[in-house]
Amino acid sequence: MKVIKLLTVSLILVGLAGCSSLGSSKKDSDAMQNGDVSIEDRNADSSGLEGGKAYGSDVNSEKQVIVGEGGYQDGQFNDPSSPLSHRIVYFDYDSSTVRPQDLPVLEAHAAYLSAHPNASIRVEGHTDDRGSREYNLALGERRALAIRQILMLQGAGINQFQVTSYGEERLAAEGYDESVWSKNRRVELTYLGR
Amino acid sequence: MTKRWLIALGLLASVLSWQARAELVIEITGGSEAALPIALVPFGSEGFTAPLDMSEVIRNDLAGSGRFSPLPKQDLISQPHEQAEVNFADWRLLRSEGLLVGKVSSVDGQTYDVQFQLFDVYKAQQLVGKRYQVPASGLRRLAHQIADQVYQALTGEIGVFATRLAFVTVINNADGSKRFALQVSDADGANPRTVLQSKEPIMSPNWSPDGDRLSYVSFENGTTEVFVQEMSSGRRDSVAAFKGINSAPSWSPDGKKLALTLSKGGNPEIYVLELVSGNLSRVTHNSQSIDTEAVWLPNSNELLFTSDRGGRPQIYKVSVDGGTASRVTFEGNYNSSPDVSPDGRYLAMVHGISGKYYIAVQDLASGAVKVLTETGRDESPSFAPNSRMILYATERNGKGVLAAVSVDGRIKQRLGEAGIDVREPAWSPIRK
Repeated sequence: MKVIKLLTVSLILVGLAGCSSLGSSKKDSDAMQNGDVSIEDRNADSSGLEGGKAYGSDVNSEKQVIVGEGGYQDGQFNDPSSPLSHRIVYFDYDSSTVRPQDLPVLEAHAAYLSAHPNASIRVEGHTDDRGSREYNLALGERRALAIRQILMLQGAGINQFQVTSYGEERLAAEGYDESVWSKNRRVELTYLGR
Repeated sequence: MTKRWLIALGLLASVLSWQARAELVIEITGGSEAALPIALVPFGSEGFTAPLDMSEVIRNDLAGSGRFSPLPKQDLISQPHEQAEVNFADWRLLRSEGLLVGKVSSVDGQTYDVQFQLFDVYKAQQLVGKRYQVPASGLRRLAHQIADQVYQALTGEIGVFATRLAFVTVINNADGSKRFALQVSDADGANPRTVLQSKEPIMSPNWSPDGDRLSYVSFENGTTEVFVQEMSSGRRDSVAAFKGINSAPSWSPDGKKLALTLSKGGNPEIYVLELVSGNLSRVTHNSQSIDTEAVWLPNSNELLFTSDRGGRPQIYKVSVDGGTASRVTFEGNYNSSPDVSPDGRYLAMVHGISGKYYIAVQDLASGAVKVLTETGRDESPSFAPNSRMILYATERNGKGVLAAVSVDGRIKQRLGEAGIDVREPAWSPIRK
C-alpha cells in the first residue's frame, strides 16, 4: 500500500524542479546532525512546549538516530543539533525550488512523519513583500506544496498535512534589502497538537 | 510647474480612538498646468451656523482634483449667494472662468434647504442650478455631489467626489500582534468607518457595481476565505471556503458573479461563481502555472488575469467560458494586479523593473505602456469610476499610504492616515 502511495506521489512530482536530487534514499545521519544547514529556526524556543509533554532527560543521548526507522524522539524538536529543530525552509526570489542544502532537514521531518502516522504538520508558505499580494499568496502556496511533495515522497502521508499560504501578509522581518526579503521567502513547519 | 498644496481635512469621525489620532490629508504632489481658475464663494447661511461648511468641502474636492485652481478666499471681490447679487464684470477681472454661489437655510432645525448656482463668468450664464432638502447627516455627501456637478459642467468628465474608498489598515499592537481593519471612507478620506476588524490579515477588497457590497479575503478562520458584505445592511456571507486558496474576488459588471482564484484542484486557477445559485465554473486549466487576479472587461465576456505560465507573471486575457488565453502585456518581465478602466480603454497594473515595482498603464488598443509612479514600492492599482485617476498603495517613511495618479501621469495626489499602515485600496463605482 505504501508503494502505491509513493507511486502516486512520484506522479505528482513529475515536473517538480529539483526532484532528481530526491531520488537518493541515502540516510546520512551525519548530514542530519550537521549544524551548518542554512536554515534558521525562529521557533526553537517557543514552539511545541505547550503540550506539557514530558521530555526525556536523555535528549542529548539520542544523537545516533536512524532516520526512516522512527528513531526520532520528541525531545529533538527542541535540540538545536537535531534536524527536527529546523522548521523553516527558505527560498530564492520568485522561486519554489527547494535548495539542495535543505533536503536533509526535510528528509528528517519526512522520516518522523512516516514513523508517526498520527502526527500532523502545518505547512505555511510565505513570500517577501514585493509585487502583487495575490500573486504572492499563490506563490506561498506553491512553496508550501513543494515542501509537502518532498515530505510525501519520503514517506509522509497526505492526510498528515495542513497546507496554507499567507503570501506576504505575515512577514518575518521588515525592511528594504535582500537580507530582509530572504528571511521572508520561507515555509514554516509546525507540528500540530504538540 | 508643480503646484503643492497641503489641505488638512478636519471633522474626522472618531470611529475608534486610534483613528481619531490620525489626520487625513490630501496632498497634490503634481498638478495639471491647465488647472481652471474658479471662484467658490462661501455659501450663505441666514442667521445660523450651518453644521458643515459645504463650500469648504467643495473647495477641497475641486482643488484636490488638480483640475481646478480656486481663487484664494481673500481675493473674492464680493460674497453673492444668488444670481441677482452677481456682477459678472468683477469676476472677469479676476480671470475666473467659473463662479459657484449658494446658500443653506434651516427648514426645521433638522432638515436643511441647500441651493447652488454655477455660472460661466464670460458668458454670464448659469450652467447648473439646483435646490435640495437634506438632513444634517446628508450635507457632506451633498457637498461632494455639488462638486461633482461643477466638475462635470466645466471639464465634461464625470465627477467622482461623491464616491467612496475601501482600504485595509494595519496597526501593530504593543504585544507584537496586529490588528487589521477593512475601512470605507468618502473619496476625500473623510468619514472613515470600520466594516471589519480582525487579528488576521484582510486582503483584496472589491466593490460591487451597485456600490453597496464589498467582496474581500479574510484569514479570520486560519486560511483564506472570500466574503461578501453589504454596506447598507451589514449582512455578511462567506462565498468561498474551499480547501486551498480562496482569493482575488472581482465582481462581474452585472453584479451577479464573482471571478475568484481557487486552488481546490491543487493549483491556483480562475473560476467564476454565480452568487445566487452558487454555481462554480472553471475558467483556466493550466496546472503548472499560477493563474490569479482576474478582472472583468466591461464587455462581461472576457477576463484579464495574472499568470506565470510564460515563466514570469504577465497579464493574459481569456473568455469567461474558458478556452485559450492570449497574452496582453509584453513590456518588462513582471506585470501583475490588472485593473481595467470602466471605459475599457486602459489596463492599470503593477510593473516590475529590476526588482522595483511601479504603477503603469497600458492602452489596450495600441499596447503602449506608460509608467506613472516613482517610488518602486507601488501596488494594488484601482481605477476611479470616471477612468481618469488610478488609486494605488505605496509607502512613505516606512508606512503604507494611498496615492492617486491620473492616467496621463500629470496629476498626483497622496492620501494617507498618519501613523497607520494603509493598503489595498479599492475605488467605489458611482453610487446610484
